[in-house]
Amino acid sequence: MKNFKQKLVVIGNGTAGARVVEEILKRVPGRFDISMFGAEPYGNYNRILLSNVLNQTQEPQEIFLNPLSWYKENSIHLHAGIKAFKIDRERRVVLGVNVPQGQLPYAHNDDILPKSDIVEESYDHVIIATGSRPFVPPMEGFGAPGTFLFRTIDDCSAIAQYARDCRKAAVIGGGLLGLEAARGLLTHNVEVTVIEAAAQLMAAQLDQESGQLLRRTMESMGLRVLTGTKTAKIHSRDGQISSLSFADGTTLETDMVIVSAGIRPITEVAQNSRIAVNKGIVCDDQMRTSDADIFVLGECAEHRGKLYGLVDPIWEQARVLADVITEKNPQATYTGSKTGTKLKVMGVELLSLGEKEQGQPSDEVVTYREPNRAIYKKLIIRDDRIYGAILLGDTQGGDLLMQMFLNEERLPSKRSELFFGSVKNAILINVADLPDNAQICNCNGVCKKEITDAILDANCKTVAAVGKKTKAGKGCGSCRGLIAQLIESCLGEVTYDPSEHFYVPGIPLEKSQLVAEVKSRGLKSVSAVFQELAGGKEDPDSKVGLASLLKTIWPKEYVDERDARFINDRVHANIQKDGTFSVVPRIYGGVTSPEELMRIAQAAMKYKVKMVKITGGQRIDLLGVRKEDLPSIWKDLGMPSGHAYTKAFRTCKSCVGTDFCRYGVGDSIALAQKIERRFQGIESPHKMKLATAGCPRNCSEAYVKDIGAVAIEGGQWEIYVGGAAGSSVRKGDLLCTVNSHDDVLKYIGRFIQYYREHAKYLERTYGFAERIGIEILKGILVQDSLGICAQLDERIAEAVEAYRDPWQEAEFPAYPHQFEGPRLIEVLHEAENNG
Amino acid sequence: MIGQNSKVLLGPVDQIPVGQGRCFVVHGREIAVFRSRSGTIFAVENHCPHRGGPLSEGVIGDGKVVCPLHGHKFDFQTGQGSEAGECVAVFKIRQEQGQIILEK
Ligand SMILES: Cc1cc2nc3c(=O)[nH]c(=O)nc-3n(C[C@H](O)[C@H](O)[C@H](O)COP(=O)(O)OP(=O)(O)OC[C@H]3O[C@@H](n4cnc5c(N)ncnc54)[C@H](O)[C@@H]3O)c2cc1C
Ligand code: HEM
Ligand code: SF4
Ligand code: FES
Repeated sequence: MKNFKQKLVVIGNGTAGARVVEEILKRVPGRFDISMFGAEPYGNYNRILLSNVLNQTQEPQEIFLNPLSWYKENSIHLHAGIKAFKIDRERRVVLGVNVPQGQLPYAHNDDILPKSDIVEESYDHVIIATGSRPFVPPMEGFGAPGTFLFRTIDDCSAIAQYARDCRKAAVIGGGLLGLEAARGLLTHNVEVTVIEAAAQLMAAQLDQESGQLLRRTMESMGLRVLTGTKTAKIHSRDGQISSLSFADGTTLETDMVIVSAGIRPITEVAQNSRIAVNKGIVCDDQMRTSDADIFVLGECAEHRGKLYGLVDPIWEQARVLADVITEKNPQATYTGSKTGTKLKVMGVELLSLGEKEQGQPSDEVVTYREPNRAIYKKLIIRDDRIYGAILLGDTQGGDLLMQMFLNEERLPSKRSELFFGSVKNAILINVADLPDNAQICNCNGVCKKEITDAILDANCKTVAAVGKKTKAGKGCGSCRGLIAQLIESCLGEVTYDPSEHFYVPGIPLEKSQLVAEVKSRGLKSVSAVFQELAGGKEDPDSKVGLASLLKTIWPKEYVDERDARFINDRVHANIQKDGTFSVVPRIYGGVTSPEELMRIAQAAMKYKVKMVKITGGQRIDLLGVRKEDLPSIWKDLGMPSGHAYTKAFRTCKSCVGTDFCRYGVGDSIALAQKIERRFQGIESPHKMKLATAGCPRNCSEAYVKDIGAVAIEGGQWEIYVGGAAGSSVRKGDLLCTVNSHDDVLKYIGRFIQYYREHAKYLERTYGFAERIGIEILKGILVQDSLGICAQLDERIAEAVEAYRDPWQEAEFPAYPHQFEGPRLIEVLHEAENNG
Repeated sequence: MIGQNSKVLLGPVDQIPVGQGRCFVVHGREIAVFRSRSGTIFAVENHCPHRGGPLSEGVIGDGKVVCPLHGHKFDFQTGQGSEAGECVAVFKIRQEQGQIILEK
């Protein structure tokens, strides 16, 4: 059968290769017979998310953009795991060969002269998208087992696998990728040192001051940083890495090495085919190489003397290339890209745009510094437009700055508004007013028109649905706020989708954004939040979460609307499956008295409770109480509420400790009682169960509590956070070791407040501690890296002070009919119907 | 059962806290009556078709009530539940001079 289709061969199945094919298919589905060579044995994945894979916040399978089925569906013949080595321009065929087992897909082998198994594809057009390979600076010893590069999904798994048996890792290179790799390694429980030859970190994007500040931030996370240090040799002993020696003669012990010191374009295919190559494969404004039938894009391309190392330029290049090759617009031109850089390191906010230093005396430089919180912001303005910007420590508003930079928008005359928003809190740019071709998602190169089309034509009502359709918002995620705004401007509202990262489903904001809005607008009640931020629509699934958050934000001024509470919190008892309630009085530290026990027994008999049960939290549960009886049983008990029904501090168990136990080295009972008296009833994103133990034998199971304090020899206490022994089991992470009960209370309070302010709704401490990372928590809560400890201490003290025992409502109900049960309506009232 | 075309006076509307519900027993049948923040009142059967949770104790909003036991949601206008095949009876109800009148 003869094939009349034009044959297109794409070399390189990465970001650029897959993207250009998508663009072509969009324009002329079915016109080309497409085959692709990919040296990696997979479909295309989102390379920029490899950092997340390494830091274990994403699974490898989550980052695939084009699974193998995509190639099938689009009749693309994918040669996965096969490397093209030459384009035979006489015979018009591309030649490829299997990547040998154990060889890196990006290995440099110009001696490739395979004898067998050559794969051939004939072509009418070729697109080269071979990307780049990591650059290894001259040093001895690289290539030994235990040395790695960081470019592919396989690199990630190899690094993670090897790190398991290591205590120390060194990352050579203190740029964007090096830092992401280093942060990722921290999650594998190794000590990490970053080694940078230049005098500062991220020298390409940061000025000296921000470089210095970034260094401090990275150090507070537990990374070691050496600058001005050139690695001369990697030493191995018995097949394992032992140390590094540096140009200045000093050394560093390490068990593994990752080199991330820049990238170099992969150009051999072009070279072997006698296509013009300078630093990269040279192309014109139509993305054509020196051979008019052969195109190039991505990191391997050199356009107007420039090479790019980010995804952003690829989107525009792919559009132009597709326009030209499909002849939809043979005159389409690519004129170069402006780029911004975002550091995706967990716990560090950093955005850098354009130039890092003033270029001429007339450039206006605006800076803002907050050294205590490690915040630094600098804008360099030329002709009323952004010429350069650095935002470190706080990138709020960064996506708008990025938009203004890319679209070269004129800046507002009050420069401060660029950092802090305007006084009226008006949004600086309205996304709705942006031009159709304004790029909204910079990670996946999605412009406004594609998003509005998805919303209006494809009926995407949620940020997730838009993401599914267009990939917008599926990279670093920072544009999701803009997408939500676009949905809102097109449809009037954003539909709830539980897969979103909204704090509550009914309000399209993540927690930090929501808190900022609530504070700046002074919203003190749940109904006010709905009014201001949800156009008056009261989403029932959002009420309870909002109520908890507002109480955290406004400990004293919170306007408590009881309808926003879950039934348990309206009546301070836990609803049971038969509609009755359970009553758990507070028993501080699990220590009670005969008098209390007698009152409990009498109450249990008087109200005919269905069961009396000793709970897992060292207290006593009276089950099967009717709502109407709640106030009187509380009065009879004469004990405060144990908060067994709510998302709050629940209990602090204790062991018998020094009072009686022959092993005890610390007074665990007194401590548990102090803890419980101080933090009782403090609301939080999820419940908190605590324990104290008098020695590391840990009878009270303090290691697996949300927060646990364990006495150790020498009068000290270890504080563990993020433990769990429910559906998940996790040993807590050691936050710090302190010398007194008072210090235990101080650090526990700090952690609780930080958790209250930064956890997602219904995120338990174990998820929270894992998400943030114990090293970062230590930095923030113990070393005070952000300078916020004093404020945390103050705010938790306020919350403690605002505590009232809810069972006092037995005497003074919060509202009429609070504890009334069903009302029997007598038939008598049926009268008026013939009235 | 409530007789045909009958009206039942349930008493003053302010016996239901704003934004909450309350259970009334009429002819032995439990009816959950809700009073929204905007002042509208609604009535549905109190008994959740899932496992009998008391809907009158649920959080309401956007024309729906969320069952306090397992979070299934029910629409005040249609009675339709969030889970396929679950539905509650809806009653006609109105206010007159601050009094709640249930009709059927
Ligand atoms: C860990 C990490 C994090 C990053 N984070 C960001 C970020 O946050 N923001 C950002 O903008 N950019 C980021 N980048 C850079 C971004 O990933 C690249 O700019 C982009 O992927 C380049 O696309 P490309 O198609 O040119 O190259 P690639 O995606 O590398 O694709 C090239 C593909 O071609 C294959 N290949 C090479 N030679 C041959 C051959 N001869 N035959 C067949 N196949 C071949 C390669 O194996 C590779 O699979 C990051 C990169 C890494 C490694
Ligand atoms: C002399 C020392 C000890 C004494 C007097 C002691 C006493 C007790 C008592 C009386 C109980 C309650 C049993 C019950 O509820 O029926 C108990 C439970 C328990 N003990 Fe010990 N014990 C001692 C040492 C230890 C040690 C060393 C450990 C751990 C290594 C330990 C772990 C536990 C655990 C996990 C429980 C169950 C806790 C619970 O039910 O919540 N005990 N102990
Ligand atoms: S934890 Fe130590 S001090 Fe406390 S009861 Fe157990 S053995 Fe005794
Ligand atoms: S009983 Fe109502 S949801 Fe289960």
